[in-house]
Amino acid sequence: MTEQTTGSPTRNHDWNSEQFRKNLARRRRGEIVLRGFGLAAIGLAFLMLAILLWTLISGGAQAFRQTHVAIEVPISAELVDPANPADGNYRTVMRDAMQTTFPDADPSELRALAGILSNAAQFVVRDRVVDDPSLIGQTVRINVPTSDPYDQLNKGNVDIDSDEALRRLDDTDIAAFKQLQDEGRITLPINWALLTNADSRFPELAGLKGAIIGSAYALLVCFLISFPLGIGAAIYLEEFAPKNKLSDVIEVNINNLAAVPSVVFGLLALAVFLGWFGMPRSAPFVGGLTLSLMTLPTIIIATRAALKAVPPSIREAALGVGASKQQVVFGHVLPLAMPGILTGTIIGLAQALGETAPLLLIGMNAFVTAAPSSPFDAATALPTQIFIWADSPERGFVARTSAAILVLLGFLVMMNAIAIYLRSRFERRW
Amino acid sequence: MTGIAFAMLLTAALAGYMMNRRAALALRDGGQRLHSLGMFHGMYAALAVLVPAIIVTLLWLALQSSVIDAIIMSGLPDGATENVDTGMVQLIKSEIHSIARGRVFGTPEPWKIEAAERLNALQAMAGWLLLAVVALISAAALFVTRRSVASEFRARQAVERIIYGLLIACSLFAIFVTVGIVLSLVFESIRFFQMVPITEFLFGTSWEPQIPIRADQIAAEGAFGWIPVLLGTLVITFVAITISVPVGLMSAIYLNEFASPGFRGIAKPLLEILAGIPTVVYGFFAILTVAPAIRAWGAALGIPVAPNTALAAGGVMAIMLIPFISSFADDALSAVPRSLRDGSMALGATRSETVLKVLFPAAIPGIVGGVLLAISRAIGETMIVVMAAGLIAKMTINPLDSVTTVTVQIVTLLIGDTAFDSPKTLAAFALGLMLFIVTLMINIVALRVVRKYRELYD
Repeated sequence: MTEQTTGSPTRNHDWNSEQFRKNLARRRRGEIVLRGFGLAAIGLAFLMLAILLWTLISGGAQAFRQTHVAIEVPISAELVDPANPADGNYRTVMRDAMQTTFPDADPSELRALAGILSNAAQFVVRDRVVDDPSLIGQTVRINVPTSDPYDQLNKGNVDIDSDEALRRLDDTDIAAFKQLQDEGRITLPINWALLTNADSRFPELAGLKGAIIGSAYALLVCFLISFPLGIGAAIYLEEFAPKNKLSDVIEVNINNLAAVPSVVFGLLALAVFLGWFGMPRSAPFVGGLTLSLMTLPTIIIATRAALKAVPPSIREAALGVGASKQQVVFGHVLPLAMPGILTGTIIGLAQALGETAPLLLIGMNAFVTAAPSSPFDAATALPTQIFIWADSPERGFVARTSAAILVLLGFLVMMNAIAIYLRSRFERRW
Repeated sequence: MTGIAFAMLLTAALAGYMMNRRAALALRDGGQRLHSLGMFHGMYAALAVLVPAIIVTLLWLALQSSVIDAIIMSGLPDGATENVDTGMVQLIKSEIHSIARGRVFGTPEPWKIEAAERLNALQAMAGWLLLAVVALISAAALFVTRRSVASEFRARQAVERIIYGLLIACSLFAIFVTVGIVLSLVFESIRFFQMVPITEFLFGTSWEPQIPIRADQIAAEGAFGWIPVLLGTLVITFVAITISVPVGLMSAIYLNEFASPGFRGIAKPLLEILAGIPTVVYGFFAILTVAPAIRAWGAALGIPVAPNTALAAGGVMAIMLIPFISSFADDALSAVPRSLRDGSMALGATRSETVLKVLFPAAIPGIVGGVLLAISRAIGETMIVVMAAGLIAKMTINPLDSVTTVTVQIVTLLIGDTAFDSPKTLAAFALGLMLFIVTLMINIVALRVVRKYRELYD
């Protein structure tokens, strides 16, 4: 390092010089900076995912429980005809029940206390009596849901110290509720109504049954249409299509169809299915039909990939022993590709389950209080139900929206888990 | 009635299969040498029944209600549907339908009851007619195919020809869908442009689709210039892309170059979760968490922030796009040949220098394709903006202001009951047409860029 006299100075590197060390430090810093940016980017994405899930879980968990209050209900035979228990005068039964439960209250207090019960408490009582007509003539203790403000109070969402005028419950309401709590009448059981009830204007009664059944019908229709069509198209394109202009056009077309915005499919459905064919509005059948158009490209692309993965030796062996081209495809290639096809199909259906915009345009955001009994009845779907509830002003619907999202995400996780299981269990590496 | 028709169809197909197969086997047992297996003779009969009958049934069911409605409406007494607008006609039609189903409200005019009875009669008749047509087709097909059973009949080839035709039909279906989209959008848009001149739509700078419903109502005249709506879409897209592209790219670079296999194995699927979350969930997240947070920051900094900012909608959309861009960039970086990477490292470049100066430039075309697809997604994204963006079109590029987008306008114009004759409804289809054209062009360019790039290194 000491006696370097030859060569140009620029070629002459002194690895220990100040300049070189600086340069090296700068380059190493660059390395660290880039790594830092990368980690920060991933961290940001994960942070967002965590915040999203945490908001949903912390907000939605409450909706899986519902405050109930136990009341003494005298069911007299005068008000409820034992021969026809469904048609009794349950309004009066409930008034009597309040009187029996709070014998010391005067009429105005009773009216205030009645506000604690859900508007649908009488239907809960009616269903109990219809199930067990022997209750007529007795006084029974029945748990009925409370109305939304009291539910929120019981879950600690009401700031008792805030200005009385800004609350939906004044101090006497809260005191009355406290007394019920002291009497041990208030319970907070698991809210099965969230899954077994259909939609309602009252958050304490609103459930997802109609939406789940509507989504199930829509997915069934979507599967029945897109699965055979998708496999047929993929088989043709992958195994039979001659290399010509038409095949090219079909292929480009399918790739583009996969990227068309979902709302455009809604416009198509509205104009063609509802407008020209006169199909019913809000029907899961039409929803499934629309979703099938969107799922089709996904299934075609997945099926083609699965068919391509089957090694040519299988085809050659089958052809060699005299099978026809179609016998090769349907007898050998297709069964071997089936796990991959099913995986792709389930993932496509999971996408369809979360799709909202096209369903809004065909009216699947209707307010329907009964679960559909066929794919042609008006219904909502899970994502559109979430959209409706997210728009509702009542406090109880905020938690219920989160809960509905958790239910939807639960279904998506289940479907993806099945797809992953299928892939790991049946996929062959050749 | 439809159920019976389908049951009959399946029975006929099954019967045809059994009958022809047995006939073929009888020929074989009689000492003749069959060209095709008995199974193929059976399948030939079954397909000959099923294919035409199902096509006819589906067409019939698709058109039945429209045809019956047309007959009913044209059969109404004179004056019933004159001098009323389309909305009223729709109302009369649905009233007749509900009377026909036995749900009578109040006391309808006698001609409505009469029309309802006629509707029921027509529907019953259509059902029987369908049954008869299906029976006729099945019988004819059975008769023809039964006669074709012969030892030298090439049943396998015949069956394979039919199946080949079905496969082609399946793949042509995708083209039908595209044609259906284009036709429905163009058809309704033309009707819109008959009411609103196309130049006003394309170049107008005011979007107020609230037109008076009744003649005597005082309301805005209605203006249909899509420029402010387009501008709002671009603002939100810009916000989403400026956030998601750096984040997505950086995470792809880290996962591709620096991450250990274990970290990559966990981080990649977790990122994919973000892509699998339905957009309605993101929309709820935007209104519940992100928008209030942005408003709080704005208040803390003393900046006026609209309740539903473009920033909230675009920011949440960016979260959705991160895994999309990241996976495209990841693919593009992985596709760069190993030799380039090894050469750079052998010359003494650090990893970061290799990534930034060698791999990244080489992967640019693939990344650009991915970003273009992300832009097209952001433009077409609906639920996030419907829930989190505004409704009123403004000529502004301030991301803290409330803007509206093309998709928001489509959904709000069409939600609820819609009559197909007001410019308000049809405007949604014109917007949809523009959306389709724009996204299609971006997609075609993007797919071409990606494909070109793949060919470069394959």
